[in-house]
Amino acid sequence: MPQVSLTVNGKHATVEVEARTLLVELLRGNLGLTGTHVGCDTSQCGACVVHVDGQSVKSCTMLAVQADGASVTTIEGLAAADGTLHPMQAMFREFHALQCGFCTPGMVMSAIDLVRSHPEGLTEAQIRHGLEGNLCRCTGYHNIVKAIAAAWPLMQDRQPAIAAE
Amino acid sequence: MYDFAYTKPASLADAVRALGGADAKALAGGQTLIPVLKQRLNRPSLVVDLGGLGLAGIAVSTEAVTIGAATTHAAVAASARVQQAFPALACLAAGIGDRQVRNRGTLGGSLANNDPAADYPAVALATDATIRTSRRTIAADGFFQGMFTTALEPDEIITAVSFLIPQRAAYMKFRNPASRHAMVGVFVARGPQGVRVAVTGAGQDGVFRHTAFEQALEKSWSPAALDGVATPTAGLNGDIHASAAYRAHLIGVMAKRAVALAG
Repeated sequence: MPQVSLTVNGKHATVEVEARTLLVELLRGNLGLTGTHVGCDTSQCGACVVHVDGQSVKSCTMLAVQADGASVTTIEGLAAADGTLHPMQAMFREFHALQCGFCTPGMVMSAIDLVRSHPEGLTEAQIRHGLEGNLCRCTGYHNIVKAIAAAWPLMQDRQPAIAAE
Repeated sequence: MYDFAYTKPASLADAVRALGGADAKALAGGQTLIPVLKQRLNRPSLVVDLGGLGLAGIAVSTEAVTIGAATTHAAVAASARVQQAFPALACLAAGIGDRQVRNRGTLGGSLANNDPAADYPAVALATDATIRTSRRTIAADGFFQGMFTTALEPDEIITAVSFLIPQRAAYMKFRNPASRHAMVGVFVARGPQGVRVAVTGAGQDGVFRHTAFEQALEKSWSPAALDGVATPTAGLNGDIHASAAYRAHLIGVMAKRAVALAG
């Protein structure tokens, strides 16, 4: 069986898998990282989104062997060791950007990639368009959009600008 | 998914050799092939991963934009050089699938698959792009040969695609509200090869040129030039989402919007 060596949330792992194993199956089954969800299994819902070498991808639509040598970040890899939430997680909590929570891991991972790739700023329309690959069946998009907008300044290197009097 | 053997060659020659075996299938970004395998619609004995061939990259000259086959849609969309030299191409790439699909899906994979609702075949045909492969170059006019069918041999690999830069161009698509695939997409271009109009999403045989629109726009490059120019319904798809007549109507609407956008 093919061997896959990859880094997941900063930890190195070498796993033997069948060639047909999906990345999400490796993460959930072999590594026990069940925070990454499988919603539709047809590449549409985005519940399985993780970062591969910094880019958001649907881990149900990538073979585990294709991640050989890659650095993968899942929802479990976002919070600091002391439990401090990533700003995106904190804003999802602050703005109640979830109801049942099933889509949330994928939403958060997509949102972080979206913010990182728009250092110039993000409009509400860009956020909504940027979430095209993530479905929420609780119709919770509005608060998700608000949470991402609020997380954007927190994720920039600089401190949020203080409004002038 | 049925299991298969997997190989990731480091050279084009090795990849061609591997694809020469029985029931071998090339894997680029996998955004179509993996869902197809999951549904057991295809059963290759060997999957040949083209990800190790170093085929990604973008080169821009005054006449052409040349893109390596393994370049992702996201990379094309985000390229400042493509945005400047051929904005309609960057814009088309930015509208393929969703963000996560664009981060994996590739130009070469899209053209080789020739999905009847894919976006890239429209720009390739509208600019008569040159498709370079492991053994030859193929003009887009002779490349697309029907739904999911191309001029590629089973062991032939796209390496790069060259798009001549048109003076004016734009792409407009009407998305299926659920799947977000193109129900109709129209790419209009006025460039070194005259006016060319390519339609995707609508044809039973995949992407096609709309010669009546091309002739009308040669006479006058304006949305109004398309008033009264008919789109025959013969050969158009009709399904639960849109009848052939509705698609024919949409082709006219999208073409006019594209000409207006191209300016």
